[in-house]
Amino acid sequence: MRARISLMIASAAVLAITMVSCGKKEKEDEGASAPAATSSTPAPAVDTASAGSVSGTVKLEGPAPKPHRINMAADAYCNSQHAGGATDQEVVVSSNGDIANVVIYVKDGIGDRKFDAPKEGATLDQKGCMYTPHVVAMMAGQELIVINSDKTTHNIHPTPKVNRDWNKSQSAGQPNIVETFPREEVSIPVKCNIHPWMKSYIAVFKHPYFGVTGNNGSFDIKNLPPGTYTLEAWHEKFGASDQTVTIGAKEAKNITFTFKAAGGAD
Amino acid sequence: MTQLYNRALHHFATFTACCTFLLLIAGALVTSNDAALSVPDWPLSYGTLLPPMIGGIRYEDGHRKIAGLILILTLLLAVWIGRTDRRRWMRRLGVVAFGAVIAQAVLGGLIVLLRLHYGFPVEHASLAQILFATTVAIALFTSQWWQGDVLQAEDSGWPSIHTLALTTVGFTFLQVVLGALFRHKNANIVPHLLGALLVLGMVIWTAAALRRRFGNIAAIVRVRILLHSLVGVQLLLGGAAWWSRLVTKGAPQPMPVMVTLTVAHTVVGALTLAGALLVALVSYRVAEPKREAAFERRPEGAVL
Repeated sequence: MRARISLMIASAAVLAITMVSCGKKEKEDEGASAPAATSSTPAPAVDTASAGSVSGTVKLEGPAPKPHRINMAADAYCNSQHAGGATDQEVVVSSNGDIANVVIYVKDGIGDRKFDAPKEGATLDQKGCMYTPHVVAMMAGQELIVINSDKTTHNIHPTPKVNRDWNKSQSAGQPNIVETFPREEVSIPVKCNIHPWMKSYIAVFKHPYFGVTGNNGSFDIKNLPPGTYTLEAWHEKFGASDQTVTIGAKEAKNITFTFKAAGGAD
Repeated sequence: MTQLYNRALHHFATFTACCTFLLLIAGALVTSNDAALSVPDWPLSYGTLLPPMIGGIRYEDGHRKIAGLILILTLLLAVWIGRTDRRRWMRRLGVVAFGAVIAQAVLGGLIVLLRLHYGFPVEHASLAQILFATTVAIALFTSQWWQGDVLQAEDSGWPSIHTLALTTVGFTFLQVVLGALFRHKNANIVPHLLGALLVLGMVIWTAAALRRRFGNIAAIVRVRILLHSLVGVQLLLGGAAWWSRLVTKGAPQPMPVMVTLTVAHTVVGALTLAGALLVALVSYRVAEPKREAAFERRPEGAVL
């Protein structure tokens, strides 16, 4: 009897140890082979005299899904900031079908050009227990400045696949958090585990040819050297859609991306 | 050997097991509310013992505080058993329980400091099940029934009831690990569903054997009915938890219905594992293989 009970306990311990050895590898290792953006190599000058641009809008085909109401009762401060109730920002569509928070970027065609990250940082504000903006686009190596405008505590937890993840708290009145992402990645989910409704995305690029649609669904990518490019539109719910565009010297192209309400895109 | 029974110790062991169950509920609430990283530091919370109790911090810090209570309770239990229990294996088991709490605390800290990587959440969830089952076993081993004279019964069936019951424990533990893998997004639902069928099959087989071979022994009847009931409730809760995920898909998570049903499914899973272990232990206490047993009263630990 004693021997059998000892055997059971030993088996349980062995199982536990085995599970430890089968643990998931840290994600940061997965991205070890992904090239990091370098700011030391000077960018070849883009001839602004011949550069073109591509602009346009992103539309939703079909009825827009209704936004979900958020229950902020878990934090009285957050609740007090939304007297009429708050809704999530997953799908923001105007009455004309224009979709906000879509990342538009040059996916292919840049070649091996290298670009310095801008000196000015991209900002992510926590205001009313929501992220503003909901989607941030920035360059690899550019500073991300995280602001807490709320009178409550947040934690900021990006969960990238190829960059290193981090998790930092920021109480009311604390200094801004400044971080960088060295590798290109579309898009990094960001969440606050204190307020689980708070979700955001950060798109990181190794070039400056990107934008995020505003409430009118429009975007404008300027200063593109003449050439043929693959542009991608990425949305957190509707997914991604590509278009190939050829830009001539000083040419301004206008294109439209259309996502279907049920998911997918034209 | 009845004089070994220490009523106060048994009650304290039972109380510790109940508190450990509360810890399981608190831990499941942390996971379901995605609150594990709401406190980025460890062992303190925001550098203090009294962080702002808002949002996810309530779940994470509450879990830590209950874990602190369990640490004290298991330490007291180990010391109490060590000082009063004559059984060496029992004294070792008390130390094992305390060691498991220490290991759980370290795993919990690693989850926070390494931000959910290396599979630590699954290991933490699985070790929690072992810890709870251990405290339940200690409560049983300190009971008057376990330490008293128990009517022995011969087990003439094949496979032996010991083999069946132990296999059920093993499969049930495997199933809770598969559940943790799914819950922490390390696996899809299919292995967990197959595991449920496996456990159901083993429980039915074991229960049928218990009923056929030992249908007149009250202790076995009680644990058999307990395990059957837990498995039934657990299957219903599993279906309900899955339904709640489907109906709240797309809603800003965590939704209360999903949290409630998933937490219930998780902790009843722990009860099911403990129930399977009770069946196994009671079977070992009561049933003897044919070659060894005759119908007789035998005190615990007596040499045949």
